[in-house]
Amino acid sequence: MSRKKLIKFLGLKAGTLIVLLIAVSVISFILVEISPIDPVRMYIGEMSLSQEKLDDLNEYWGVNQSLALKVVNWLGNLANGNLGTSLIYRIPVTEVIGERFQASFMLIFISWLFSGILGFFLGVLAGFKKGTWVDKGIKIYSYIVCSAPVFWIGLILLMIFSVQLGWFPTGLAVPIGKLAGNVTLVEWLHRLVLPALTLSITGIAQIALFTRSKLVEVSSSDYFLFAKARGEKGWSLIKRHGIRNIILPAITLQFLSFSELFGGTILVEQIFSYPGIGQAAVTAGLQSDIPLLLGIVLISTIFVFCGNSIADLFYKFLDPRIKESEANEF
Amino acid sequence: MSEDKINNRENVTKSPKTLLNVSNISISFFQYSKGLKKIVLHVVKELYLDVGEGEIVAVLGSSGSGKSLLAHAILGILPGNSLLEGEMKYNGKILDQKLKEELRGDEIALIPQSVDFLDPLMKIGDQIIGDVTDDKKEGKKREMTKIFKNYNLREDIADLYPFQLSGGMTRRVLFSTSMIINPKLVVADEPTPGLDEKPIEETLNYLKTMANEGRGIILITHDIQTAVKVADKVVIFYSGYVIEVNRTENFSGNGNKLLHPYTRALYKALPQNGFKLFEGSQPMNMDKEDKCIYYDRCRQSIEKCSHSNPDLVEIDGMKVRCYVVEKSYEI
Amino acid sequence: MSFDKERFKSPYSFLFGNMNLRTKTLLIISLVGFVLLAIAINSFFINVDNITTNFAIKNSQPSLQHPFGTDWMGRDMFSRTIKGLGLSIVIGGLASILSAIIAVFLGLSSTLGRYFDHAVNSMTDLFLSIPHILLIILVSISLGGGISGIVVGISLTHWIPLTRVLRAEIKQINTSTYVKLSKNFGRTKLWIAKNHLLPLLIPQIVVGTILVFPHAIMHEASVTFLGFGLSPHEPAIGIILAESMKYLSNGSWWLAFFPGLSLLIIVLLFDLIGDNLQKLLDPTQANE
Repeated sequence: MSRKKLIKFLGLKAGTLIVLLIAVSVISFILVEISPIDPVRMYIGEMSLSQEKLDDLNEYWGVNQSLALKVVNWLGNLANGNLGTSLIYRIPVTEVIGERFQASFMLIFISWLFSGILGFFLGVLAGFKKGTWVDKGIKIYSYIVCSAPVFWIGLILLMIFSVQLGWFPTGLAVPIGKLAGNVTLVEWLHRLVLPALTLSITGIAQIALFTRSKLVEVSSSDYFLFAKARGEKGWSLIKRHGIRNIILPAITLQFLSFSELFGGTILVEQIFSYPGIGQAAVTAGLQSDIPLLLGIVLISTIFVFCGNSIADLFYKFLDPRIKESEANEF
Repeated sequence: MSEDKINNRENVTKSPKTLLNVSNISISFFQYSKGLKKIVLHVVKELYLDVGEGEIVAVLGSSGSGKSLLAHAILGILPGNSLLEGEMKYNGKILDQKLKEELRGDEIALIPQSVDFLDPLMKIGDQIIGDVTDDKKEGKKREMTKIFKNYNLREDIADLYPFQLSGGMTRRVLFSTSMIINPKLVVADEPTPGLDEKPIEETLNYLKTMANEGRGIILITHDIQTAVKVADKVVIFYSGYVIEVNRTENFSGNGNKLLHPYTRALYKALPQNGFKLFEGSQPMNMDKEDKCIYYDRCRQSIEKCSHSNPDLVEIDGMKVRCYVVEKSYEI
Repeated sequence: MSFDKERFKSPYSFLFGNMNLRTKTLLIISLVGFVLLAIAINSFFINVDNITTNFAIKNSQPSLQHPFGTDWMGRDMFSRTIKGLGLSIVIGGLASILSAIIAVFLGLSSTLGRYFDHAVNSMTDLFLSIPHILLIILVSISLGGGISGIVVGISLTHWIPLTRVLRAEIKQINTSTYVKLSKNFGRTKLWIAKNHLLPLLIPQIVVGTILVFPHAIMHEASVTFLGFGLSPHEPAIGIILAESMKYLSNGSWWLAFFPGLSLLIIVLLFDLIGDNLQKLLDPTQANE
């Protein structure tokens, strides 16, 4: 892999990310601005506030300024890493996000890995056994799971494993506002199982269907036919020519699923009271904690962008065809 | 195989032992068109073909006439929405799907038309060596080196990916994939590329060498000149039907030993024979054969031709599908 | 030559007999369409006030009188679910149509010139970069809650696939001979769009709209489940499921199970219609 090419790639991506973040910030800020919620009033709530503190707040939100100025003001704050103070937690937004995101990242990563590997395997199996009951079973599972709301699957798991079997905590007891740091590691792992399982169950379906259709497509390609004509067959044929040609698109797809995973996390964390960023997003939304909500929108944008970029990176640096043609440009 | 046979090609071609016998093969497809209306396409109809050891049989048909499907049918790799009818025999045994699967990659080899038939993500060497157990790998590797030498390929080509090959290299690599299994029957699907004299010549020489080694070869091509240059027999395809099977030597002089009016017209259209073009085009995928398939273009048709399609009949070891010829030979 | 050979028999021949694929597809579309319409219409005749509270039968298991059981106020869960599904279908329908309008607008404008095309592309990238649920929450807050917030939020996140399809289709049509001919005759872009493009695009738009439906419904349910948009008194599926969470620990499994299952079936049915319509339009899938 050429180092120069990699640096150029990363530079380009960083530039795109900055532009994207500015655009997302502006749009979400405007959306919040036109809402009936007044962030300063929300912050004050029932408290009595010193004039000094009030001035700070007014300055941060650019009260009494034009919308354009407000946006510029807000962007300036962001550039300095000042995302404001969370209304609910009464600490800087960056701190809340830092802590919450760690917990969510574990959840997302485990489900991502598990669903990716198992989904790919099931997809290959279905494509290999196309038309058999194994294939039909995997297909029916995938179609049903794709049509099922994530939160409903979560509720079903909660009913079976927590309520009926009592294996896991229902998790409803954790009060909003208690951070992840207050729980022990075992408690936390215990709490991780069901949410991760829920996200995996849904994640498997998409990658399995994709892998299956890709494998079916490859199986009718000229090179696959020719390999057959040369006497290759069975599992070995699938391994040599099938998996070789579908693994890269499948990995790419899995990295492109970050956006959906994030969405899924929001729902799953809510059901299992998992103290992650998704739960924080819902709480922030419901209680009009605008700084926190805007911060979460930004971090989710970065997260999704990273997924897309890694997918791009895989595609550009691992496929020999693209590797070659790009190298020729230098 | 004896030295004698290799050096004296004439002996081989006189009475070769029949390797593959294809009789009355039809291939059809079904497809859905817009609105999910089902269409059935009859691509190959009533095809007859014999190939002997050391014999080159050319199957001549216009591009896109579906003659590649013949190759796919022999190797048993037709797609799922197709239907193959008729009978094939290999060395006297009925060549069914099971036998095809046993023989391909062992006694029967395919030389495909383009680089698309190579796995884009696998190195050339691994594709030529194929799926073998580790203990056989070394032997195959040595074999490959030998074949590469014969085909004037550099050894390091084995480490390249298909997209890195030039057109000429691709063709030789495709030939190598078949030679490594030392096949008895080779089906070459449009192996002669482009219009350049030299690469065509080179490719035809490869085919000749293969035949001289006693292999039976089916050469599928759209180019009558290529066909005539190397083949012993030429099978002519028209509209999915075989309309004539003739010996190569009859494609000479003024062509009066050719039987079917279409074959004659084709022969006359060659540059050295005056380049006489003929108008009209082949009807594709005719569903109802209520007249001779060549009727609309034929200049010597008789009344009978307008209401039924003739059968393929044998005349002096040649075969033809034409009422006029039948009449002149008084069969 | 006939194709009544064993190998060409559909695996579902026991269900549909020897019916051909076209008839089968049309039959599936009309049957499923009928079921969905029936649910939507029925739900309008179920008055929320008529779903009587009856504490004598509160928290009762599914039975013949109450196939989906009753809730903590003794209300019939079946009626509530149907009502909720109707609401979901209406919201999903509105959002799908609105997103189709956005898609048509953007798809058409992307072909006006290089800059327009570039702008549409950037917008696509932008909207793909924020998780949908988060954006819907944001829009819902921005519009101060209510059904409109949900509908606008969903439409703003679901126009991308159809826009892409339309953009590709328009590019293809624009290079065709008859469009070039019209240009040579001095027809305006608007005239060409109206007379050549739209008639060809309408089937794509219809199918695209229907394909958005299941996603729209699912997002609607998700967001209302989280507590955004609709008031807790509306019998939306998301709200019913959110309520059910409070009663799960005492074993009232039916409160969550049946409404969720019904939603799943509705989504599956919409998927079925969309896929089958698409097959009619683009038979390559059927050929496989």
